[in-house]
Amino acid sequence: MAEAPLVRLDSVAKQFGTGEAAVRALDGVSLAVAGGEVVGIRGPSGSGKSTLLNVVACIIAPDAGLLALGDSVVWQGGRYQVADLRSLRRNRIGFIFQFHNLLPFLDATDNVALAMTLAGAELDAARVRARGLLHFLGVGRRAAAMPARLSGGEAQRVAIARALANDPPIILADEPTAALDSERARTVMDLLRRVARERGAAVLVVTHDEKIFDRFDRMVALRDGRIDEAA
Amino acid sequence: MNLALRDIRHRLGRFLITCLGVGLLLGVALAMVGIYQGVVAEALALTRSLAAELWVVEAGTRGPFAEASRVPGDVREIVARVPGVAAAGSITLRTAEMAAPGRIIRAQVMGYEPGRPGGPSSISSGRGLGGSRLEMVADRRAGLALGDTVTLGGDRYRIVGLTRDLVASGGDPLVFIHLRDSQDLQFKLAPPAARRAAAAGAGGSGTDTVNAVIARLHPGAEADAVADTIRRWKHLAALTDAEQAELLTRSVVNRARAQLGLFTVVLLFVTAVIIALIIYTMTMDKLREIATLKLIGAPDRTIAGLVLQQALLLGLAGFAMGAALLFAVRDKFPRTVALGPAEVAAMLGIVVAICILGSIVSIRAALRIDAQAALGG
Repeated sequence: MAEAPLVRLDSVAKQFGTGEAAVRALDGVSLAVAGGEVVGIRGPSGSGKSTLLNVVACIIAPDAGLLALGDSVVWQGGRYQVADLRSLRRNRIGFIFQFHNLLPFLDATDNVALAMTLAGAELDAARVRARGLLHFLGVGRRAAAMPARLSGGEAQRVAIARALANDPPIILADEPTAALDSERARTVMDLLRRVARERGAAVLVVTHDEKIFDRFDRMVALRDGRIDEAA
Repeated sequence: MNLALRDIRHRLGRFLITCLGVGLLLGVALAMVGIYQGVVAEALALTRSLAAELWVVEAGTRGPFAEASRVPGDVREIVARVPGVAAAGSITLRTAEMAAPGRIIRAQVMGYEPGRPGGPSSISSGRGLGGSRLEMVADRRAGLALGDTVTLGGDRYRIVGLTRDLVASGGDPLVFIHLRDSQDLQFKLAPPAARRAAAAGAGGSGTDTVNAVIARLHPGAEADAVADTIRRWKHLAALTDAEQAELLTRSVVNRARAQLGLFTVVLLFVTAVIIALIIYTMTMDKLREIATLKLIGAPDRTIAGLVLQQALLLGLAGFAMGAALLFAVRDKFPRTVALGPAEVAAMLGIVVAICILGSIVSIRAALRIDAQAALGG
């Protein structure tokens, strides 16, 4: 396992609302995920799993604490330390969604290539690489298919290919197997493990799905915004 | 990779139907612009066709279009002798209903003397009036054909020539007949009335009266100066062609023009609101896609470009459909729909402006979409 963490949270706190309606979604969470490591985040609804993922994705700003991605401190001292968060997401973070979120008007190849062109790649080169990724993930034959014609498992693999498009060191997945049956869920998790192993990426997965718990290097349980060490 | 085009291609049927709706709306707006221009064009069609440089009418009037005007027939000779005048012709003008087989045609009947100013500048088919009386040259809008006969004032006229797009300011087609026929039609009393007038000692019913005398000038002659000369005789009024055109557009058709103009503005405003709402709906339909784009790092310009390009494509495709539709049916309109390249280009510019302005709200909404919306179910 790699030694330097690619994702690091130190005492991160996030509260929604004020007064009696205040909810402490994250309450002093500290977590480090190294390259090549696949970490699962689990916990009951409202425990802060999604908030944690959103904070790492720089979608939600924490109230306190420190967030570092790779060797860059992204959040500290009550403000972001990086000006262009979208560029950060584009180049350093790959997302996998619960319902794949492929753009319905692009075929599988272009859904993957889009992420590369947004990062500045030439379209032709991006398409070549996209097809390569689709082959790597076992959906090369479906490269020209529109998302509506892909099965759930195929669509999720295309989504994983898109997440890998820019070779991001960090991959965040939000319930990536929720819409899949057991077999496909395990296949997707094996792919993520393979990506982590072969590319040295840090993979952080929010999941409720007990059937894939054995596919993680480490599980982190959240309860009421805190890491539940006992679990 | 052009996301706007790819999205449109993906939902092509829906996009085309939306374009058709926008096109129908823009077609109506374009038609209103054309009708607005047509009112002016129709008002000036006769004066342009006559190519008169001077209109001599009854003193104290601004006839024959704005007010009734009567001048003696011999005024033509007097005007013809005024220095600077090259040719003069008498005209009469009145609205009448003619009976054609199976229908009644309302028309503006103009009498003139063939060979003198007052006739149509061009005949699209057939010929102009010849030496025989009871001949008629009619505009195509009257729906008559060469050789047809119509009844007017108890006489039967034969159509010998047809003109194109010559209508009165009210939209009625123009028909031309001999001055003498027109004077009889307008001023000659019916036999019983003539007998009553004679019995009352009113004398004979002289008909050598015309509504105006029009003149063409020698090259280099100043229309204003010649008009001043004629006005100085006191018993006549004279208008230059420019004054007549001003009178027609500012006075005779002013209310119609203002009404149409205001309606056109209202219609364009409604069009702008509807297009803006359509663009907004199209954008909000892509909420999840836009959130996903943000989450995978698409810059604001990509998202704004997606909305703006689709708005412009919608507007341009709709405009093309609307314009094509209108040009296909514009001859079916009862009144002139005058649309030249300038009007079409101006309308296209307005549509582009509407699309750009209409997409601003949608772009702002799209940029406010939270990337978080892409997460979860």
